[in-house]
Amino acid sequence: MSTTIDFATLTVGDVVAEREFALTRDSLVRYAGASGDFNPIHYRDDIAASVGLPGVLAHGMLTMGFAVQPVVDWVGDPAAVVDYQVRFTRPVVVDPEVGVSVTVVAKVGQLDAEASVARIDLTVSVDGSTVLGKAQARVSFAPAQHV
Amino acid sequence: MTVNPDIQGKEFPPTAPYLVGREKVREFARAVFATNPINVDPEAARAAGHADVVAPPTFPVVVQEATLAQLLADETAGIDFSRVVHGEQRFSYTRPIVAGDELTATLTVTSVKSLGGNSMVTASSDIVDAGGAHVVTAISTLVVRGDA
Repeated sequence: MSTTIDFATLTVGDVVAEREFALTRDSLVRYAGASGDFNPIHYRDDIAASVGLPGVLAHGMLTMGFAVQPVVDWVGDPAAVVDYQVRFTRPVVVDPEVGVSVTVVAKVGQLDAEASVARIDLTVSVDGSTVLGKAQARVSFAPAQHV
Repeated sequence: MTVNPDIQGKEFPPTAPYLVGREKVREFARAVFATNPINVDPEAARAAGHADVVAPPTFPVVVQEATLAQLLADETAGIDFSRVVHGEQRFSYTRPIVAGDELTATLTVTSVKSLGGNSMVTASSDIVDAGGAHVVTAISTLVVRGDA
């Protein structure tokens, strides 16, 4: 783990990162291939409609996957994320022409000074409505224990 | 068809070993908009103290998938895949996944609950390396919608 952030300077409530992600149908196809999740509701309008969905949806795991990236870039090392959880509360519909814009705001939610772990709370939203609940990443600032 | 509550506590056999490839990590990183050099560049990863490129935090889903397939294929469980919605997901790490790791996952059904006609099934997959040491636990809560 390598980071330039000093744990001691963090305060609960600090916004540490904020980013917008532009998702398109191409993003969904790419994620399907990379993850092996080929559920057709993530690329076929006819099937999405046949099961009563408002449109083709982004994979929940895709949203979970990119929502933590602003935290990774803030801390500087993907290995610093030692725990990450989300609830999938609202589907993300991806328009075939214009796609969808997903906003991520990452805030310090809790600090554990003894373990040098910061809980970063993510607000992930589309058009002002959150799509993930209890989205929390625990980031370790403890020195790495490499062999 | 309803979910069989007796599957609570059931442990499935370990999956076949999954070898984490460097190009797979890069492909997955690109798919989740991960641009950190430690995800894609072995030199940057080594400079940060890692043996090879580090997988993004949600990469274990690729390894976990085989365990969820076991659960959904289990006829005694009574889980109708077409009624399954992903409710919650969590990854708890002991150490990061790096390219070259050979990972094996073992799924345990930790909880089956009924809630308003739906079932909530929590499946916990312990993922270990070739030496048997814990790497990460992937926990999924699946909501299985009841008959309307």
